[in-house]
Amino acid sequence: MSDSQWPLWEVFVQGNPGIPHKHVGSVHAPDAEMAIQNARDVYTRRSEGISIWVVPAVEISASSPEDQGAFFEPSNDKPYRHPTFYKIPEGVKYL
Amino acid sequence: MNLQQAKFEYLLRLGDSSLIIGHRLSEWCGHGPILEEDIALINIALDFVGNATSLLGYAAQVEGKGRTEDDLAYLRGEREYRNLLLTEQPNGDYAATIARQFLYDTYTFFLYEELKSSKDETIAAIAVKSHKEITYHLRHTTQWMLRLGDGTEESHQRLQTALNELWMFTSELFDMDEVDGLLINEGIAADLDKVKAAWEKRVNEVITEATLQVPVTNIKQKGSREGKHSEHLGFLLAEMQYIPRSYPGSKW
Repeated sequence: MSDSQWPLWEVFVQGNPGIPHKHVGSVHAPDAEMAIQNARDVYTRRSEGISIWVVPAVEISASSPEDQGAFFEPSNDKPYRHPTFYKIPEGVKYL
Repeated sequence: MNLQQAKFEYLLRLGDSSLIIGHRLSEWCGHGPILEEDIALINIALDFVGNATSLLGYAAQVEGKGRTEDDLAYLRGEREYRNLLLTEQPNGDYAATIARQFLYDTYTFFLYEELKSSKDETIAAIAVKSHKEITYHLRHTTQWMLRLGDGTEESHQRLQTALNELWMFTSELFDMDEVDGLLINEGIAADLDKVKAAWEKRVNEVITEATLQVPVTNIKQKGSREGKHSEHLGFLLAEMQYIPRSYPGSKW
């Protein structure tokens, strides 16, 4: 099997109604329609989901590892920002 | 011919076609043009083998001679096989596989649509389950027809050649005989004239959209109903049946 020349697509699958689509991996495909079909075959064969999103991998902008300190560490010493002082109502799933 | 014999024969036709085309697709395992397509084809192959298991299992039950679906699959010779000639044609290049699959998926899409309302409950139940799978198969192969047909000059040419070579096997899909007549009267089998009209319309639409030509031929290959197959089936069965015939009754 030779290397693919097709673009890479990131795949997001929604597991149940009302919850966010979650990143599950990626597939190669020539276009969006085929990317959805390939994602269906690779990631949802065992009833993993009810909806699929595909996004061209090149369209994703990401923070860089060097930004980690400036971006994320300042919140480490601000525990009052964390939602740990609330009680989660019973019956709320997927939080 | 009584109703039971007709039903057994009819189930063999449906089941054998699924088994043989499923086996053909499984030959792509590890050889697909790209990983994602390899997985897609093998998924489809598994759907067909699963469908064949249900149909041949029911055939064995209808026959009532104590045979199982495995006996029917692995211990019949090619003259006893009833699969359509189209289904046993070799994989060829990827265009040939897609063309064969598209012609057959369109056929099963409309055939199983009819069988969903069969008065035989088991056949209707198998058809309901299979039709969901077939809807996906057809979507997949239709997308490839459009992309290869309307792709590069080479992909267009290869797909047109494949269609031209397979066309002589398509008229057999709609042949009806005593078996069909008997079962249609009972509301069990599908009327293939109806399937043919829908098939022709859809196939012509897709071929045209793919910028290809609908082939024209006077050659009509047939014979699967009498167990007369092309030279390819014997080799396929030899490979598929080797283990159960060499080691009868072995389990793992």
